Amino acid sequence: MLDVNETTRVEMDWSGPERLQMNMGPQHPSAHGVFRAILGLQGETVVDVDAVIGYLHRCHEKLSETLTYAQYPSIASKTDYVAAMTSEFAYVMAAEEIGKFEVPRRAQYLRVIVAELQRIASHLLWLGTWCMDMGGALGGGATIFLYCIREREDILDLFEALVGARLLYGFFQVGGTRYDIPDGWIEKCRATIDRIDSRVGEYEQMLEDNAFFLARTQGVGVVSRELAQDVGIAGPLLRGSGVNFDLRKNVPYSSYADFEFTVPVETAGDCYARYKVRMVEFREASGIIRQALDKLPSGPISSRPALKSVAQIRIPKGEAYARVEGPRGEVGSYIISDGSAKPYRMKWRGASFSNLSILPHIIPGHKVADVVAIMGSVDPVFGEVDR
Amino acid sequence: MTLAALPPWLMAVIASFIVLNVVIGMVTYVTLLERKFAARMQSRIGPYRVGPHGLLQPIADALKLMMKEDVVPTAADRHVYNLAPIVFLIPCMLIFATIPFAPGLGVADVNIGILFFLAVSAMEIVGLFMAGWGSNNKYALLSAMRAVNQIISYDLPFIFSALVPVLLAGSLKMSDIAAVQQGSLLKWFIFYPVIGQLAFIMFIVSTLAAENRVPFDILEAESELVAGFRVEYSGMKFALIQLGEYAHMIGSSFLGALLFLGAWSGPGPEYLGPLWFLLKAMFVFLFVTWIRWSFVRIRVDQILALSWKALLPATLALLIATAVVVVWRTSAGI
Repeated sequence: MLDVNETTRVEMDWSGPERLQMNMGPQHPSAHGVFRAILGLQGETVVDVDAVIGYLHRCHEKLSETLTYAQYPSIASKTDYVAAMTSEFAYVMAAEEIGKFEVPRRAQYLRVIVAELQRIASHLLWLGTWCMDMGGALGGGATIFLYCIREREDILDLFEALVGARLLYGFFQVGGTRYDIPDGWIEKCRATIDRIDSRVGEYEQMLEDNAFFLARTQGVGVVSRELAQDVGIAGPLLRGSGVNFDLRKNVPYSSYADFEFTVPVETAGDCYARYKVRMVEFREASGIIRQALDKLPSGPISSRPALKSVAQIRIPKGEAYARVEGPRGEVGSYIISDGSAKPYRMKWRGASFSNLSILPHIIPGHKVADVVAIMGSVDPVFGEVDR
Repeated sequence: MTLAALPPWLMAVIASFIVLNVVIGMVTYVTLLERKFAARMQSRIGPYRVGPHGLLQPIADALKLMMKEDVVPTAADRHVYNLAPIVFLIPCMLIFATIPFAPGLGVADVNIGILFFLAVSAMEIVGLFMAGWGSNNKYALLSAMRAVNQIISYDLPFIFSALVPVLLAGSLKMSDIAAVQQGSLLKWFIFYPVIGQLAFIMFIVSTLAAENRVPFDILEAESELVAGFRVEYSGMKFALIQLGEYAHMIGSSFLGALLFLGAWSGPGPEYLGPLWFLLKAMFVFLFVTWIRWSFVRIRVDQILALSWKALLPATLALLIATAVVVVWRTSAGI
């Protein structure tokens, strides 16, 4: 390992004889969207990295000031489009906190079910793309990717039956949910969960019995416990570094206190530890969904009347911060309300954004090929980073 | 005028013309085979739209590549850049020169056939490096550096493992090696106790590396180096590089089938020999493809460590052990 402190300097105009400045992204097969990393290379070793973001900026926070509380949840989906349900969840929770709205128990359970389904779908996409980063689009990685996409498709089918949309939902509504589950959905959901559970076991076999996969992930991109806490990363990254923190457990919101589940923690802090954490989360998420389906109460799905106009939801003056545990970590939404139908100001706290800031600390000293492995294990979604 | 009455040089020209065209035809259809095979592994269908079961897909691909615009980057070293695909393709085609497809059926069954194959197949590195250097692209440059590293590291294990059957047969001539394995299944060198299986495994591993296939495809490495040395190529030049790669792969598969799987030995009349040889070569090819589509790529330093620390000593030890066994068997008369 090279000395990190000495080599994280970024020298754009440096043109010495031994260093190669290489641009990775924003147009790059493993940029995971539009990430740009300017790598300084000494041979194959990365000695400095400059991360450039902002290529996907869509003025989300400004946009939220022009849309009403009834309209914005479906736009909130677009911040983190891989886990659209999570952003909606955070937004409506903040609005409900200011307005002191009750959320019926059935709606709370439905929210947990879709949030956990979304976690599985998001982790499936992460596993597929990460393996593709390491194994290549023309290799074993693509095989895992297509298997994962096949399973994710089943979850998107569930969402389609529920909402009518496959990627961006608008399922959450201030005061509850917008839709109730259709007939036969529970059985379909159970079958899907069981199938995915067994298939996740197959992926574990395929990857963990593979010496090359272990060689690529173990000991690569180690984030120490101290570094993780200093930088402020969240989610599976934090838990992979030995910090037992999960909002669902530590600050239970919605109805998470009703369910039994464990929070996986690994201490190694490398790519493999992050992989292990997410693999356990697959199982835990499906466990939560099963419990929620078993205990699903009957009753109304919203404490507020059905929407007739976009400006129908008015929230009293006030401000609130609500946070949920998304697939990538803490997703927060801060709303300042001035009493009208639109927020005065809205602020997103994206998990991917804060997780991304770990990259310059861990990448220097690794090989070029490790950069994509580390990037993939961080699992950034650029809709959420740039917003 | 009968065929035998033709002058020898004309015979050679005709034979090589036929072999070249057969190889090019095979390359196009082997890509379809691989795509179908990979698709089945990934629970997909694969090419299906062009022709029945996608059978015309390779032709459509070839036509598409021919019609594509030929882009030369302004900063590229034009001559090196333009010459590289051809320099790469020629050795990949030349390796078929010494392979006999049946007794007496081949372009040139020279007495150093194996040596010729190994020497020529190592020459493709010149084309790779020219492509990487001439493109004037940082991804391509890194890939060219990796190519030199990898091919130098894996040529020795490749040669050593290919020399094991040579020792067992006692000849460098390909038709002699094949002839020794005729008669029964147990005469195939892959069934030679212990040595045969070990040599075959090592041969497959070093073939994977020499062919730049996953898990050793660090030259191409599209997730980090986009497409490696051929990132700037388009149209027909890209097609030539692709053609060369697949030709090399098919050539190596034939070599594997010849060295270890008894070449044209098989049941049925003698004229079925080439068919058996083709089937065995395709078996080797699909075996390599199977590995390709189930492994993740390993890192450049790990590839070099695997070669120099494990594979090279192992193949060298195996070669020495084979020599000892052969000498012992000849002296004991077994």
